[in-house]
Amino acid sequence: MQEKALSPTVSTEIITLTINGTSKQLEVEVWTSLLDLLREPLDLTGTKKGCDHGQCGACTILLDGKRINSCLTLAVMHDGSELTTIEGLAQDGELHPVQQAFIDHDAFQCGYCTPGQICSTIGLINEGKAKTLDDIRDLMSGNICRCGAYTNIVKVVQEALERNHKA
Amino acid sequence: MKPFTYTRADDVTSAVSEVSRQEGAKVIAGGTNLLDLMKIDVMQPRHLVDITRLALTTIEKTAEGGLLLGALATNADTAYHEQVEQRYPLLSHAILAGATAQLRNKATDAGNLLQRTRCYYFYDTHTACNKREPGTGCSAIHGYNRNHAILGHSEHCIATHPSDMAVALAALEARIHVTGPQGERTIPIADFHRLPGDTPEKDTNLADDEIITAIELSPKGFARHYTYLKNRDRASYAFALVSVAVGLDMEGDTIQEARIALGGVAHKPWRNPEAEALLTGKKASRENFQPVADAYVHGAKGFEHNSFKIELARRSIVRALMQAAHVDQNSNGN
Amino acid sequence: MATNQIGKPQNRVDGRDKVTGQARYAAEFNVKDLAYGVVVSSAIAKGRIKEMDTSEALRVEGVLEVFTSENRPKLASYDTSFQDEDAPPGSPFRPLFNRDVLFNMQPIALVVAETYELARYAASLVKVEYETEEYATDFEKERPNAYVPEEYKSTTPPDPWGKPETALKEAEHKVAEEYSHPSQHHNPMEMHATTAVWEGDGRITVYDKIQGVLNSQEYIMGVFGLAKEDVRVLSPFVGGAFGSGLRPQYQLFMAVMATLELKRSVRVALTRPQMFSFGHRPKTVQQLSLGAAADGTLEAVVHHVFAETSRFEDYSEDVIIWPGVLYKCDNVKVSHKLVGLDVYTPLDMRAPGGTTGIYALECAIDELSYKVGMDPVEFRLKNYSVRDQNEDKPFSSKELRECYRQGAELFGWKDRKPQPRSMREGHNLIGWGVANGAWEATQKPSGAKAVLTKEGKLTVSSATADIGTGTYTIMSQIAAECMGLPIEAVEFKLGDSSLPQSPLEGGSWTASTVGSAVKLVCEKLGEKLLELAQESDDSPFKEAGIEEVEFTDGQMRLKENSSVAIPLTQLLRDNKKDNIQVEAESKPSDEQENYSPYSHSAVFVEVKVDEDLGTIKVTRVVTAVAGGRILNPKTARSQILGGVVWGIGMALEEESVMDHQYGRFINHDLAEYHVPVNADVHDVEVIFVDEEDSIVNPLGVKGLGEIGIVSVAPAIANAVYHATGKRVRDLPITLDKVM
Repeated sequence: MQEKALSPTVSTEIITLTINGTSKQLEVEVWTSLLDLLREPLDLTGTKKGCDHGQCGACTILLDGKRINSCLTLAVMHDGSELTTIEGLAQDGELHPVQQAFIDHDAFQCGYCTPGQICSTIGLINEGKAKTLDDIRDLMSGNICRCGAYTNIVKVVQEALERNHKA
Repeated sequence: MKPFTYTRADDVTSAVSEVSRQEGAKVIAGGTNLLDLMKIDVMQPRHLVDITRLALTTIEKTAEGGLLLGALATNADTAYHEQVEQRYPLLSHAILAGATAQLRNKATDAGNLLQRTRCYYFYDTHTACNKREPGTGCSAIHGYNRNHAILGHSEHCIATHPSDMAVALAALEARIHVTGPQGERTIPIADFHRLPGDTPEKDTNLADDEIITAIELSPKGFARHYTYLKNRDRASYAFALVSVAVGLDMEGDTIQEARIALGGVAHKPWRNPEAEALLTGKKASRENFQPVADAYVHGAKGFEHNSFKIELARRSIVRALMQAAHVDQNSNGN
Repeated sequence: MATNQIGKPQNRVDGRDKVTGQARYAAEFNVKDLAYGVVVSSAIAKGRIKEMDTSEALRVEGVLEVFTSENRPKLASYDTSFQDEDAPPGSPFRPLFNRDVLFNMQPIALVVAETYELARYAASLVKVEYETEEYATDFEKERPNAYVPEEYKSTTPPDPWGKPETALKEAEHKVAEEYSHPSQHHNPMEMHATTAVWEGDGRITVYDKIQGVLNSQEYIMGVFGLAKEDVRVLSPFVGGAFGSGLRPQYQLFMAVMATLELKRSVRVALTRPQMFSFGHRPKTVQQLSLGAAADGTLEAVVHHVFAETSRFEDYSEDVIIWPGVLYKCDNVKVSHKLVGLDVYTPLDMRAPGGTTGIYALECAIDELSYKVGMDPVEFRLKNYSVRDQNEDKPFSSKELRECYRQGAELFGWKDRKPQPRSMREGHNLIGWGVANGAWEATQKPSGAKAVLTKEGKLTVSSATADIGTGTYTIMSQIAAECMGLPIEAVEFKLGDSSLPQSPLEGGSWTASTVGSAVKLVCEKLGEKLLELAQESDDSPFKEAGIEEVEFTDGQMRLKENSSVAIPLTQLLRDNKKDNIQVEAESKPSDEQENYSPYSHSAVFVEVKVDEDLGTIKVTRVVTAVAGGRILNPKTARSQILGGVVWGIGMALEEESVMDHQYGRFINHDLAEYHVPVNADVHDVEVIFVDEEDSIVNPLGVKGLGEIGIVSVAPAIANAVYHATGKRVRDLPITLDKVM
């Protein structure tokens, strides 16, 4: 065995995160991104890594109700936060209406950007800023879909906004 | 990513003391650019001071009737803030032209000012870059320089500052409130960012042990006559090739004061007060706008892949001025 | 065959898994004791590794090993072991083979550690000293050295026909131009990754991002000398690929090597910059000379192609077949030469050759239509071709005329003003452009297996892939239709090397190839069910031939007398069978040999170009496709929509920029390699025209993965010309080229 002298000075911290409604106490290394925490130790692989640099939106989750790129933030910085990932949207086996709409409108192909697109759609609805079709397109531009399902994604968002408006 | 130690600061004083005490310390808030660069070893802080718990998120009116943006107000909260939307729509539009909804939800106003260049070579540690590693040379000068500077560059660096928000703040003549071990001071935005000169590694005049606490806007918001025009390689989620922030103070069709700031063309938001002054007391018209645009790009020098920016800047300035002044595009000839 | 399933806009059967985050991709199988590998990439384009110091990395607590060319295990000795199903002629790249560096960002070491963060950190501590050699990455500089390869991976260029030079000289109207586009990278959203699971006793299970698990399995067997039963490759979900997953990429090699050496499960996922370190769409420069008679008859086509390849493999794709496929012309000459560069070998990327060859041809044809003074649609229809002139065979079907008719009508083409710069709206110039295209509709041999249980559940399987194309769904539909079962009773399995053989998922042949195998295996299942029924002497089916029975509503019944029926579940139970299994292998028919099978499309585009600023917005697209029988209009439409988005990217945004100071693609991330975002895409309408084809394959389907993209970029380029009067012949058409 090699002599292991160069132990990196990576400390760990205990934090509390509420993930999809369940509060968890976790020991995290300070250099772990929120995305890697979700995907690796927590096995919540529904949140995707498409670039790891905030350039694609595949890692979008809802942090205290707001959509963010989970790749560009450290897990340790979110002690006490509440987050919702794609795994937390369906309730008692019933899909969230946005999830169902993604299926009905075929708003994805390979499915890799889809969890991010869905979380982003919900974030967009929460924000309440999209008024026009062009607003939707711009405010959904943080989620790249290489399969090119944009036309159908816009339909989903439009429909969700209308549904929300009526409700 | 290199290993680092981490602490959470509870107030500005402790944050400043943490940053000044520890060698290689950096503050982290939104993290959207710092972590991006840490993952590829472009930035290698040894200690991170998490300032997200500091009470610097509020946006409030100043005694003078301006607006004080807390350093930690997110870009989204700022852009959609009622006061900003109504009184500083230029700022609101500029912020919304940048990044994405997700990034704006996390990125802070102070962090926006402090983001690093998007030069391809700065981002690639296997290439020479004076900004990343002083003395190694500039790969962009003879390399791919599409998103690079045409104004104010040096033989050591031709990088641009990527922010949209800062361009609007330059036109609004914002003042940056900072706190360091010696206390507080205020830096006019024009003096905040630097030109590369022979120290391209320094983006700003903020000292290593200082932190931004607020951004102050004067009462003058140019809410009636403003434009943020951004040209880029796709319709959204791309950095500016050339952007123009315009604020006009007008009486009838006469311009009292003009503010013009360019983005994507220099190491800092680019102002040219002499050129702006050409418009004082003038009628808003294409004929009067053209010389201003010419003056703005006077002395501009492009490189192999970005010389088009000179003409693009000229045309964009005219367009932005026409839009801000509500001059009918078609009646002025095309 | 009843048609209650085929042709139905069925929701994706894997939709629920995808919208709930339950669909797992290659890097998402979290097994016990998993170690993480991070690849170290070369900093130079060509040369040799003089010294690699891994000591510091190895001293990091938690680092398990650093693999380099010096300590790698023994590998296969011959090229053939490294040659995968999609390898071009030549000598494939062998990771960690020796100290030679053949291209920039070449993988030169793998750091394996207990966590991803540790591996990433330790990888940054590996110090490398190089001996650099002169390299060539400048296509234009190397173009004079272009060569004809000994063997083409693509179709060998057909011999000229007629008298192209003379015809060209004598033509009334001529176009002679050069068209080019840069290298482009696939950039699927999922970065290439492999999780190799150590099962003990030298056996491994590998989750790989690949468009065909058998290709990875063969590669692993060849390179590491493993027996087939010791390596199982799985790939249930693929986060896009577009060709990048046709060849096993080096993360597979790395993960498997580390797993076998460490006897421990290892995951290797590439970074986004590393996604620019392997195959890409090769840059081409194409010289096109066209001639037309005064009446618009196309008299001559001369098409010379120069295309990028690596120094170690002769990659080529079908760039030059399109004049012979798309237009009737009596005098044609084509050539295809390769330009060798010190880069990784190019790789098929969505409609390889088609997107690029059709782009150049369709722009040149458009230019010629203006010279002749004919409407671009009229001009194309005048030179409409009913025979594939390369092969001198009739098309198996071709409803392109109908594409033009329906597309033009929906688009409103008749209102187009012919003159460039004649339509405007404020400071926006408006342009309407058109292009047509084609893509081969091939069928390959494929196996499939069907298992029907006494509970009435049908499982059909084949070792194919679903890269987002909808394979799971359409195969389930075909099987449900054949066996008369509700789709809920059918499961289709794929992406598993233990399943029946199937070719790589690519070339738009999966619907046709695997679909035919599924149909065949279901027919065999039907025959077997009938035989089963006939085992009892008093069976009412005793005298029935297979053509006299039908499967519907979960029953087998006589066509002539539907009251003679037996539920399939009862049939199995009555015969004491838990399940019934059949396998089948389908092959293309001999009759196909006599025809040329292609799908076709006509694309109409509206652009708005800012006259001052040069910004281009694709405001409307109508794409009409003749793609044979449409199995599922919902997923089919999505494929075409995706093709349009790719066409927008190719026309206006995508470019992998080679920096010749380093011989390195320099815009190697998604911030600077621009692919279209939501805001780039506006109104897109998709039309499928009716097209019956009894020759192309038993299902009459043609595949839609590629026909959607081929005509989009030229239609946009032609629209930009119509708007501005400016011909940009070098993609992407960025604002600086039009302002």
